[in-house]
Amino acid sequence: MTKYRVELMVGVFVVLTIGAVLLLALKVANSTMTSEGDTYTLYAKFDNIGGLKARSAVKVGGVTIGRVASIRLDQEDFTPVVELSIAKQYEGFPETSSVSILTSGLLGEQYIGFQPGFSFDGVANLQDGDYLQDTKSALVLEDLIGQFLFSRGSDE
Amino acid sequence: MEKLVEIQDMTFRRGERIIYDGVSINVPKGKITAVMGPSGIGKTTLLKLIGGQLQPDKGDIRFDGQSVVKMGRSQLYQTRRRMSMLFQSGALFTDMSVFDNVAFPLREHTRLSEDIIATIVALKLQAVGLRGAASLMPNELSGGMARRAALARAIALDPDLIMFDEPFAGQDPISMGVLVKLIRELNDALNLTSIVVTHDVTEVLTIADYIYILADKRVIGEGTAEQIRNSDSELVQQFLRGEADGPVPFHYPAEDIKASLFGGE
Amino acid sequence: MRAIQQIGANTIDKVAAAGRAGLMLFGALFAVPRPKNIPLTIHQVHVVGVQSLLIIMVSGLFIGMVMALQGYTILVDYGAEGSLGPMVALSLLRELGPVVTALLFAGRAGSALTAEIGLMKATEQLSSLEMMAVDPLRRVVAPRFWAGMISMPMLALIFSAVGILGGHLVGVDWLGVDAGSYWSLMQAAVEWDKDVVNGVVKSLVFALVVTWIAIFKGYDSIPTSEGISKATTETVVFSSLAVLGLDFVLTALMFGIE
Repeated sequence: MTKYRVELMVGVFVVLTIGAVLLLALKVANSTMTSEGDTYTLYAKFDNIGGLKARSAVKVGGVTIGRVASIRLDQEDFTPVVELSIAKQYEGFPETSSVSILTSGLLGEQYIGFQPGFSFDGVANLQDGDYLQDTKSALVLEDLIGQFLFSRGSDE
Repeated sequence: MEKLVEIQDMTFRRGERIIYDGVSINVPKGKITAVMGPSGIGKTTLLKLIGGQLQPDKGDIRFDGQSVVKMGRSQLYQTRRRMSMLFQSGALFTDMSVFDNVAFPLREHTRLSEDIIATIVALKLQAVGLRGAASLMPNELSGGMARRAALARAIALDPDLIMFDEPFAGQDPISMGVLVKLIRELNDALNLTSIVVTHDVTEVLTIADYIYILADKRVIGEGTAEQIRNSDSELVQQFLRGEADGPVPFHYPAEDIKASLFGGE
Repeated sequence: MRAIQQIGANTIDKVAAAGRAGLMLFGALFAVPRPKNIPLTIHQVHVVGVQSLLIIMVSGLFIGMVMALQGYTILVDYGAEGSLGPMVALSLLRELGPVVTALLFAGRAGSALTAEIGLMKATEQLSSLEMMAVDPLRRVVAPRFWAGMISMPMLALIFSAVGILGGHLVGVDWLGVDAGSYWSLMQAAVEWDKDVVNGVVKSLVFALVVTWIAIFKGYDSIPTSEGISKATTETVVFSSLAVLGLDFVLTALMFGIE
């Protein structure tokens, strides 16, 4: 009798743990985008990446389609190269697409805004390993203030 | 006479202190051998040495002709199935009922079905008079009952040798009588060999076939009950009569009290 | 001179104790598991795991609630109270879940393990097992050790989940943080393999250390009432210190270097 009770309570313990794992898996963690393998890689060169980090999101109109895989400095022209890993299900962006580094909210983290270009004859689609040509760097607050002051000065 | 346990010229020390110095003891098969001695002489240690839980520093201990000292682990475990030990406290597993305690060695070492185990346990408990207490927990038993339950557990596997560690200590006269009767009857009925370690002189003299008296790290007397009673050794007589001072000194070895109190006057 | 001798003797004692602890762990880990031991292990999961469940869940709930309350008062100044979800979830999964669970486990189950095994030693039950040709490492130590290893990560996961729900209770239901942003920002910030799995790895390491210390302290205790009480205290003190120290090392390894 007591043995049955022990088994029952251990069963409750196991069920609770499974519940906790399910909660963590479905509601808490974003397990969907972390599964590697079904992604392809694009590269983009920026003048300045600001606060972008590895694993920052890549978004098209707010929808996350991939993540920043790594950031390194090009050895020849000393500009940052960002490696984007994009989910396979979002394929076939035209070559004319552009990327820019954006900030979510005033204090939020930085992410890559991906702007699909227009598709017309003679424009191929982006393939694995291609470089995105059209890039806009991160806005650096100090530069903006400098420009603002400069333009004020030249007006007068 | 065939010997089940032989201890040959065994020396054992714990740290710097010598417990045994060249002790030799023979335990004949099918008999009750008593080992007596004052408290603190390390009688429990002797049983642990026989069981292979402790290793002597010198000498040999043989069980049924094989040296316990030189045995490997698995051989030692095989040998221990043929001996069992009744600890002073009984050492019943407090998280199991009396029934499960007695069934424990059977479940561990045999592949018998639960029905057969239940039958054997009932028989063993009947032998010690506790069949009615099978469902009690150890903390519900009196000291004497706990020791009897432990005895039932000790004979569950029908061992060749049972070692009793102070079976009579702290028992009232009735349970003492019960235990004396049980040890004698079980020994004869199951054809066991028993070693009883104790300092209760009168009880032991009534049941033991052969008696060793240990004191001062060695054997000071041996023989049958009759021989012991008529021994002319002062040590043995002091022990039998329970005199406070004699060859076994009342004082633990120390420097002279005058010297220690008045500082070398 | 006397003092130096004492230090030397103590050091040798400590090294010998470490050796005994290693041998015991080895004996428990590599004792060939037998089908008979599975019910024993389940029984021990009940003792160390299920009986710790209530204190773990209540503590998790309150810690989640307190973090939501504290986090809200700070975050609201920056208008970033939406980040409450990630804050609560990340601190629970990475740190508080494994660490607080391990500390509570040491106090609740570890001390009980030490006292139980110490008393089994004092009442000659361990000796008696050995004389019955049953290896106490296999019969007594191994099931308790594995039960600790199984229970601790489960308890830590439950702790974190309950804490996140507690944070929801205070943050969303009471302080009025938007439920959508609580969950969605949390989802954006928490990664399964980095945060959840690393937390589980942490609590596995803590389980090993706490259970090991608890069992060894009991097994190696001096079998008197004073010896057992000392061993029990040492279990709680040593395993708490070990958990906090190891937590720093593990955190540095897991999250310290990008």
